[in-house]
Amino acid sequence: MPRLTVGDLQKIKEKHKAEFTLREGGYRAKVTVHMGTCGIAAGAREVMTALLDEIANAGIDDVIVTTSGCAGLCAREPLATVEIINAPPVKYCDLNAEKIKEIFREHIMAGNPVEKYALVVGCETMY
Amino acid sequence: MEKVRTNLMLCAGTGCVASGTAKVKDALQKELEKRGLEKEIKIVLTGCNGYCAEGPVMAVYPDEIFYQKLTVEDVPKLVEEHFLKGRPYQKLMFKEPEKKTAIPMMKEIPFFKHQVLRVLRNKGLIDPEKIEEYISRDGYQAAAKALTQMTQEDIIKVIKDSGLRGRGGAGFPTGLKWDFASKVKSDIKYMLCNGDEGDPGAFMDRSVMESDPHSVIEGMIIGAKAIEAHSGYIYVRAEYPLAVKRLHLAIDQATEAGLLGKNILDTGFDFELEIYLGAGAFVCGEETALMRSIEGKRGMPRPRPPFPAHKGLWDKPSVLNNVETLAQIAPIILNGSEWYRSLGTEKSTGTKVFALTGAVNNVGLVEVPMGIPLRTIIYDIGGGIRKGRKFKAVQLGGPSGGCIPEHLLHTPVTYEDIVATGAIVGSGGMVVMDENTCMVGTAKFFLEFTTDESCGKCPPCRVGTKILMDMLTDITEGRGKESDIETLEDLGRDIIATSLCGLGQTAPNPILTTIKYFRDEYESHIKHKWCKAGVCRELTTFLIDEKLCKGCGACLRACPSKAITGEKKMPHKIIQDLCVHCRTCYDACKFKSIKILPAKFQGDPAELEAVLEKSKREAE
Ligand SMILES: Cc1cc2nc3c(=O)[nH]c(=O)nc-3n(C[C@H](O)[C@H](O)[C@H](O)COP(=O)(O)O)c2cc1C
Ligand code: SF4
Ligand code: SF4
Ligand code: FES
Ligand code: FES
Repeated sequence: MPRLTVGDLQKIKEKHKAEFTLREGGYRAKVTVHMGTCGIAAGAREVMTALLDEIANAGIDDVIVTTSGCAGLCAREPLATVEIINAPPVKYCDLNAEKIKEIFREHIMAGNPVEKYALVVGCETMY
Repeated sequence: MEKVRTNLMLCAGTGCVASGTAKVKDALQKELEKRGLEKEIKIVLTGCNGYCAEGPVMAVYPDEIFYQKLTVEDVPKLVEEHFLKGRPYQKLMFKEPEKKTAIPMMKEIPFFKHQVLRVLRNKGLIDPEKIEEYISRDGYQAAAKALTQMTQEDIIKVIKDSGLRGRGGAGFPTGLKWDFASKVKSDIKYMLCNGDEGDPGAFMDRSVMESDPHSVIEGMIIGAKAIEAHSGYIYVRAEYPLAVKRLHLAIDQATEAGLLGKNILDTGFDFELEIYLGAGAFVCGEETALMRSIEGKRGMPRPRPPFPAHKGLWDKPSVLNNVETLAQIAPIILNGSEWYRSLGTEKSTGTKVFALTGAVNNVGLVEVPMGIPLRTIIYDIGGGIRKGRKFKAVQLGGPSGGCIPEHLLHTPVTYEDIVATGAIVGSGGMVVMDENTCMVGTAKFFLEFTTDESCGKCPPCRVGTKILMDMLTDITEGRGKESDIETLEDLGRDIIATSLCGLGQTAPNPILTTIKYFRDEYESHIKHKWCKAGVCRELTTFLIDEKLCKGCGACLRACPSKAITGEKKMPHKIIQDLCVHCRTCYDACKFKSIKILPAKFQGDPAELEAVLEKSKREAE
């Protein structure tokens, strides 16, 4: 590491923000990809990879991605839930790499849920 | 750039490394690769999480799931279930004793839930071997602030106002210490850190040095600026190899980054820092002995004054602070003195780290606001006494401290309140003892330590502790005299009054407090030749109460010297000639039919009273 100045400290902090958002919390949006056996069979891994690539390319640090078990809706897998802080979660179904990319741009980045792929808004009515 | 979606914070502190971190890490890495998850899930090695007894431990973020007792065999299932399929793996989660339900989230586990982390703020959250990670948690911001925006007086005022007191034992106000040293004129001054941690059973400082070495360095830079020192030493015992390694690495990285050495952060301030390895003598933790030890001389205390603020290392003005004290400095500079005072009491502000061990369910490092009752630490964080046994005493302050009995468990942990009981907060050792502990034996354990560690300079300490030790040995082996209790107390007070350093001045504390609160145990050892806890072998007879014995045979199977006979479902019997008084049968019997009776007791346990009367008469 080169010699630092006072200003560099803040820059280093910014650079590592994404990872510390994971550890400390304080994220803006969370995407949960459902990874039950059926989800994986239906292509949830590809959805996950596409989403992670998209986030990496956009260089943003306030969106986290997690997985969860089977959502009980095997016929509509792959499923993912997008939660933007202070907005109702939106569940998307029948996903593929292209769709999740669109959801990333429209919903996560621009804040407009993509209704054509949405299964339901809000989690309460789901199970 | 790859997006990492999960961080696995795997503990690589001394405890967890000993229980298998390296193997678990390799297994995790392999398994993640096998599942194609190695890019999105990253393993980060952290310092000690303070929960070493359950190690190796690992926290998973952002899920905040906490796993313990990881084994290589569990890894494939863990990776498949949690990291691939998103189902946290119950088997490796914390479970409350006697309950089967797993508690997945770290913040819900009682041991962690009641803690407030200031000293240990980065515990388990950073890789201590990477300076960037420390900087990402606001590291070195306080040093930058102190060097660019604050005068010496500003720094000293904030630390004074915060009420911070030294965590090395004595609780001396840190701001005041810095103030004294800053006012002494000298071209050369030293800023020193005490990482000797000689108290047996304590590991707070080791944990800080291992899990967050930069926090200590940053505190030292700020202290150096406050007193205008340009060089310093961290004194660590060589028995702490991992702490030494991480400190070296941290100093190298900080030097390379221009945070140590010449012209720090381009502010014109210089501070060179070195590590000095101590050989692990308890007395070398004493400040004047420590300084002599760094000078290459034999570590022996010298009289004060002159105080180190005037004549310290190489007779130059010096400040010595404890590791935990220094780790608190940066947040105080950043957040202000009011923030620091928002926890704790008027005279004991902020938080203190304790090493909770002994007979509690959850052992480990706990950081709590000062002023909370002992009971909260032992029952809410420690989860109460193991195996449903009864609490007997809690030992605070290690060999310089004392034992506090049950009726004082409401005592708040502050410097003043703990001293009023006869114990001391000390460096934070907290050993919980249950009903099976012999208090005379406990006093002897600590005294043995101080007797060994006395540097030998003062006769009261060198000879006096030896005499105390011999008397305790006599008492626990059946040669005690009635006058012994008084002699112990008198001699103890003399040693305290006439020893030069804190070692001698505190060595009798474990005896004095146990006599104060458990005098009946001393009396029973001396008068009745009876160690009721069954620990002192010469002062016990083990007998089976035939009326209670169910003949289950548990004791018979447990006895290592085949001293128990009996048919199934018939009362068992101990053959006294074969019994080695090991106490194993007492713990093995579920029906409490094994009785611990005075030495050479014969006959029916019901006749105990008569026998005691007789032994008393004989003694008189
Ligand atoms: C026998 C003896 C052993 C000591 N051992 C330690 C020790 O291991 N670590 C420590 O920080 N202070 C120890 N101290 C206290 C130091 O002398 C000194 O007061 C302390 O390091 C100052 O730092 P503080 O003001 O930050 O607490 C010991 C004192 C005595 C008398
Ligand atoms: S009190 Fe004991 S340890 Fe301290 S200087 Fe005297 S002899 Fe040495
Ligand atoms: S005290 Fe030990 S040796 Fe004696 S009977 Fe019990 S188990 Fe056997
Ligand atoms: S070493 Fe892992 S918790 Fe202490
Ligand atoms: S063997 Fe007698 S009750 Fe245990």
